[in-house]
Amino acid sequence: MTGPKTLYDKIWDAHVVSTSDDGTCLLYIDRHLVHEVTSPQAFEGLRLAGRKVRAPEKTIAVPDHNVPTTLDRVSGVIANEESRIQVDALDRNARDFGVVYYPVSDVRQGIVHIVGPEQGWTLPGMTVVCGDSHTATHGAFGALAHGIGTSEVEHVLATQTLIQKKSRNMKVEITGHLSPGVTAKDITLSVIGATGTAGGTGHVIEYCGTAIEDLSMEGRMTVCNMAIEGGARAGLIAPDEKTFAYVMGRPHAPKGAQWEAALNWWKTLKTDPGAHFDKVVTLKGEDIAPVVTWGTSPEDVLPITGVVPAPSDFSGGKVEAAQRSLDYMGLTPGMKLTDIKIDTVFIGSCTNGRIEDLRAAAAILKGRKIKEGMRAMVVPGSGLVRAQAEEEGLAQIFIDAGMEWRLAGCSMCLAMNPDQLAPGERCAATSNRNFEGRQGRGGRTHLLSPAMAAAAAITGRLTDVREMM
Amino acid sequence: MQKFTTLTGIAAPMPLVNIDTDMIIPKQFLKTIARTGLGKNLFDEMRYTQDGAEIPGFVLNQPAYRKTEILVAGDNFGCGSSREHAPWALLDFGIRAVISTSFADIFFNNCFKNGILPIVLPREAVAVLMEDARKGANARMTVDLAAQTVASSDGQVFPFEVDAFKKHCLLNGLDDIGLTLEKVRAIDSFEATAAQSRPWV
Ligand code: SF4
Repeated sequence: MTGPKTLYDKIWDAHVVSTSDDGTCLLYIDRHLVHEVTSPQAFEGLRLAGRKVRAPEKTIAVPDHNVPTTLDRVSGVIANEESRIQVDALDRNARDFGVVYYPVSDVRQGIVHIVGPEQGWTLPGMTVVCGDSHTATHGAFGALAHGIGTSEVEHVLATQTLIQKKSRNMKVEITGHLSPGVTAKDITLSVIGATGTAGGTGHVIEYCGTAIEDLSMEGRMTVCNMAIEGGARAGLIAPDEKTFAYVMGRPHAPKGAQWEAALNWWKTLKTDPGAHFDKVVTLKGEDIAPVVTWGTSPEDVLPITGVVPAPSDFSGGKVEAAQRSLDYMGLTPGMKLTDIKIDTVFIGSCTNGRIEDLRAAAAILKGRKIKEGMRAMVVPGSGLVRAQAEEEGLAQIFIDAGMEWRLAGCSMCLAMNPDQLAPGERCAATSNRNFEGRQGRGGRTHLLSPAMAAAAAITGRLTDVREMM
Repeated sequence: MQKFTTLTGIAAPMPLVNIDTDMIIPKQFLKTIARTGLGKNLFDEMRYTQDGAEIPGFVLNQPAYRKTEILVAGDNFGCGSSREHAPWALLDFGIRAVISTSFADIFFNNCFKNGILPIVLPREAVAVLMEDARKGANARMTVDLAAQTVASSDGQVFPFEVDAFKKHCLLNGLDDIGLTLEKVRAIDSFEATAAQSRPWV
């Protein structure tokens, strides 16, 4: 391809191994991240076929979805039999196939999408895959990163490639700057609110604009993390000085002459002027407010100052879906969002379980107490985030406020471990999915930013964090 | 992988939009290390009460739809997680084709790897088939992959598009890994070149 290229075009072109007549490509995969839930059947498939992992040194495994996050897990026993079987299977598979592994007992263990960047496995210009839809997170580094299914996990393990057709290019530009109290989470939710959960289907999104450039690497990861909730195959942000500064010195980042060579290439990783985008969405940073979700789809987003909508506000199949959401969520149209009472707060996940997220929550919670009867947990995204938060005194702020301070894992983001909502419980969560039953059967989820979650923990209802700053 | 050629069977209507992978197979069933056995928990939280009793109103619990092989679904079917447990559960139940106006990307790909055909049709066509599916067990649709058509029980025929490579694999039940390994030389030489140009990878 000649002519001006997008960032996505450039990374794609650098990884094509072969192209078939119909345009299907074999794409080389630089990093393959693996967790315990979507990999057992893939390793089993390799065994049955007598195949090996082609590039074990580019394959990084870590258990996260199932692991308990309570302090007693150090005893090494996972109470739930099936969870234990899956984690044991990953232990064994990692050992048998010789891939890089961070077991539960390792301080570097954590959510796979937090561990990858933290350890410097994720670098600009790479292709990164994982049997997990939130692999999009790594796009924050200007890496082409997306989720794959278990059959594809097996394919990548065996061949270090993926069969892919190129997606279309989509640009999401956030102009101007964010107002105080508005965060990366509000950007990403607002984009989904504007485009819908299928708005990005068939596309790779490049996020750009001054409000994106303003974000830290943590914030950029939050934005890209939810590209999948907008239906996109991946989300990307062009690497810049902030990216290089974050990467430099990480355990698996290049060093010395290789660093210089890498840097030279990374600096070319940006969309050329005049490159074509098939779809463009522009939001003004100043127009974005702190938002929450009211329904059971991530597109059900409204500014915290809004009211619960009525099904008649929608059209087509969404009318029925909105009614179903309202019934499930136990909400009445016209009710103010700030009147919605909550009983549980979850701060964590690959969307918002990084140090900056914990700092934002702690800034609101400092010197305050959570509402009586509230169950609130803070689950750091990795053992290293946990250690840093303890060093910075954030952990003590959470504990003093009355919150639980947990070990690293996915936890209540998908409630595969014992952290679950009971039917009818209502949770303010910094995670990424508010689907029916996501946090436990019958549990009700409102998605929001860490600062907003902290505010809600204090007042016991959804709250405009700007009133507490 | 099981081949997919033609299929004539009962179609069930699920008009809800954004049916996500947590609805298709809730996470408590992801703890398996096998690919089979998930059919009984397909749509678990819509299908059963908390204590495991069937919810009579749910379509797949109705006598006419117990042997459903085709789903006609609302927009954006399969959104959410990458879990291949979703197509595994559909397949284990006996569903081999899903018809909708749109699918989420990863789910769409995962279907093809498991012998399930996801079919994208225009809104009007899905509406006609949705009505047809509402007729129950006597209404049998026919999907013909080679001809790329869906026929309603009363013989209305709708053509659909499908990627040529995916169609070929599905028609012949081909395993991707075997096909890719035939190109191992190309992968070797890509790696050798990359080791020079991007040695830090
Ligand atoms: S934190 Fe949640 S979304 Fe992220 S990888 Fe874990 S389960 Fe998936």
